[in-house]
Amino acid sequence: MNRRDSIKAIGLSAISATALLEACKSGTTEAAASSGTGNHPVADTTGRQDFEIARDKTLVGERFFDAKEMATIAMLADIIIPRDEKSGSATDAGVPAFIEFIVKDEPQHQLPMRGGLRWLDMECLDRWGKDFVGCTPEQRIEVLNDIAYPFKAGPGMQPGVTFFNKMRELTAIGFFTSKMGIEDLGYKGNSPGKWEGVPPEVLKRYGL
Amino acid sequence: MQLIQSSTVYDVVIIGSGAGGGMSGYVLANAGVKVLMLEAGPFFDPAKDSQQLKWSYQSPRRGGNATRPMGDFDAAYGGWQIDGEPYTQKEGSEFQWFRSRMLGGRTNHWARIALRMGPKDLKCRTNYGVGDDWPVTYDEIKSFYDRVDRLIGVYGSMEGLENDPDGIFLPPPQPRLNELFVKKAATGLGIPVIAGRGSVLTAPLPGNSDRQACFFCGQCNRSCKIYGDFSSSSCLVIPAMKTGNLTVVTNAVVREILTDKEGLASGVSYINKDDMQEYRVKAKTVILAASTCESARILLNSKSARHPNGLANSSNAVGKYLHDSTQGGGAAVLPQLLDRPRFNEDGVGSLHLYAPWWLDSKKQGFTRGYHLEIFGGMFMPGYGGYFGFEGAIVPYLNGYLPGADGKTKPAGGFGLALKNDYRRLYGTMAGVGCHGASTAREDNYCEIDPTVVDKYGIPVLRFRYKWNSDDVAQAKHMQETAQAIIKGMGGIPLGVPAGPETNYGLDKPGKGIHEVGTIRMGDDAKKAPLNKWGQAHDCKNLFVTDGSVFTQQSEKNPTWTILALAMRTTEYLIDQRKKQNI
Repeated sequence: MNRRDSIKAIGLSAISATALLEACKSGTTEAAASSGTGNHPVADTTGRQDFEIARDKTLVGERFFDAKEMATIAMLADIIIPRDEKSGSATDAGVPAFIEFIVKDEPQHQLPMRGGLRWLDMECLDRWGKDFVGCTPEQRIEVLNDIAYPFKAGPGMQPGVTFFNKMRELTAIGFFTSKMGIEDLGYKGNSPGKWEGVPPEVLKRYGL
Repeated sequence: MQLIQSSTVYDVVIIGSGAGGGMSGYVLANAGVKVLMLEAGPFFDPAKDSQQLKWSYQSPRRGGNATRPMGDFDAAYGGWQIDGEPYTQKEGSEFQWFRSRMLGGRTNHWARIALRMGPKDLKCRTNYGVGDDWPVTYDEIKSFYDRVDRLIGVYGSMEGLENDPDGIFLPPPQPRLNELFVKKAATGLGIPVIAGRGSVLTAPLPGNSDRQACFFCGQCNRSCKIYGDFSSSSCLVIPAMKTGNLTVVTNAVVREILTDKEGLASGVSYINKDDMQEYRVKAKTVILAASTCESARILLNSKSARHPNGLANSSNAVGKYLHDSTQGGGAAVLPQLLDRPRFNEDGVGSLHLYAPWWLDSKKQGFTRGYHLEIFGGMFMPGYGGYFGFEGAIVPYLNGYLPGADGKTKPAGGFGLALKNDYRRLYGTMAGVGCHGASTAREDNYCEIDPTVVDKYGIPVLRFRYKWNSDDVAQAKHMQETAQAIIKGMGGIPLGVPAGPETNYGLDKPGKGIHEVGTIRMGDDAKKAPLNKWGQAHDCKNLFVTDGSVFTQQSEKNPTWTILALAMRTTEYLIDQRKKQNI
């Protein structure tokens, strides 16, 4: 595959992922009801339609992932987005709670997430006789290295690649749309002001 | 269930509160006419109901689109599908119908792109050899465009282009950094790029103290709490209510327009969603402005002995000539913007830069043109909405872009290096959206589905819409232009150019949300339902003021023309009342 073809391939993958997400998001099937409690903060209801307020309340009151699945999600999320000198980790930003909510909000994620978590545990069990959480940090990195690089992964690892793509995307969304993540990215807007164009020193830097 | 008949006879009943209905209500109320407005959705006042300035994390879905197709903060109540109010298709058609059920309709979330149609656009048959000429000229409607500019406000730059007429402009906003790269590349290809034209108050609107100037949050699609942009709710309907002459009934879904023995409009029948009872109101005159397709549906469902195939439909043209913009484009990541400087570049929530159609269509192998809407910048990171978080593409692109150390690593990954890749790529996206003119055709239409009713028992619309070779040729050109611009910027395209099997990326009909033409104007009553004043040929006390009246669209987004024509039609109605012709 030459460079041109590679770019086409990534373009395709990126767009497919986005298009798929877009297509799936239009679905509104109800999440399967299960017992448990949610821990999501109640959203500001300004401008919300009654059915939306009721729907959010229902979703927050349901639980999809069990405790073991949540523990695996939390561990994976912090491996994907760890703490560094600039900001905290995925769990510091509440990513597992976001993932628990979004799979109920967009139920098309439920099966791939549940099945993917199980696939990961089985892969670890086959290799080391323990599930993912029970593995050593080195073992966890070893198995993730086999599924985290879509263009390098072997054919037998494809189910893991599919799962990790989704897990990584949901983690990134959860982190970078949180208060911590938005501050990390350095987004400066959403505050009333006067827009007078790109600062002159920036224009100069880019020769514009 | 009860049938509740009101004894009041209103001077005018208006169906719909969007751009057309809102303008009609505003003009009538200010002329002292007693008006009743029926709106199918709830009351909506942007000052109270806008989700402006909410952060992504104030939404449990972070702005995602589980209940709103354009994101959790988007102002539109409704979407491509509404529970209990279906529409159907025939012959493999895939028309997409976006409905907003709320005061102000789709004007609460539109992109505020405010373009006038040009003199050549209004004489399409004469100038381009396709479609039909409007029964009006640009000179006949220019003064209405001018008055809409002054009443509502629009920014832009004076350019003196023949078919892209200038207006009375507020100063245009400065472009964002990414948009300047697009402009540079487009200019290099010989495409003149000018300031956008948008209905946002970049400066105070002279003579209007109810609205404040824009504070540049870039969130026009959420509607504006300070009325800094145009929504029909904030700028027309609510001010009209303050005159005391306009009464609004919300959650009123119109079933049909009632007629008397002579075939004249006598009132309107509707369902009140709050109590689910059936209501009938009497009117001396009816203005229909429920949106292009909904208005056609109402007329087709308003059958009587005098109007056996629907009201005002002796021409048999109601529902036909449905046409939406063609839509295409392309987006890219700009490698030169990796680790770009951060500053507040929200700007306005409308167009900063655009390129009006710049070529001679005949030499391009298709008949009509399209324009470029330029976008890019550092948007609030969020899930869904117009600009999704770039996060979905980072683990693919990071294999092609050298890191801060100059080395390239395999795509994907996790950990600190990946975390840093998200930072590096944030705010590097730019691109162009293309909107083009499609020709109105008799065989693209909506009609009543004879077998399906909605939850109120009202027969629903069935669509038949196919792009033709002319539309596809235009889409091919759009895509080539977008790719050439991306190449010119040195951008990495997000997506592979589509081939002929997918019409070169041409979006499904309806996705432009510029559908018009179903109750067209025309001098010949045998061919068009409305005369040049928007008055039904078959029913002199029935007027239409939404996008359905378009004889033929252009590549200009239709809202500004809807407003100008609604003002003109409503003033004609007032004049006819005075002359006791209706």
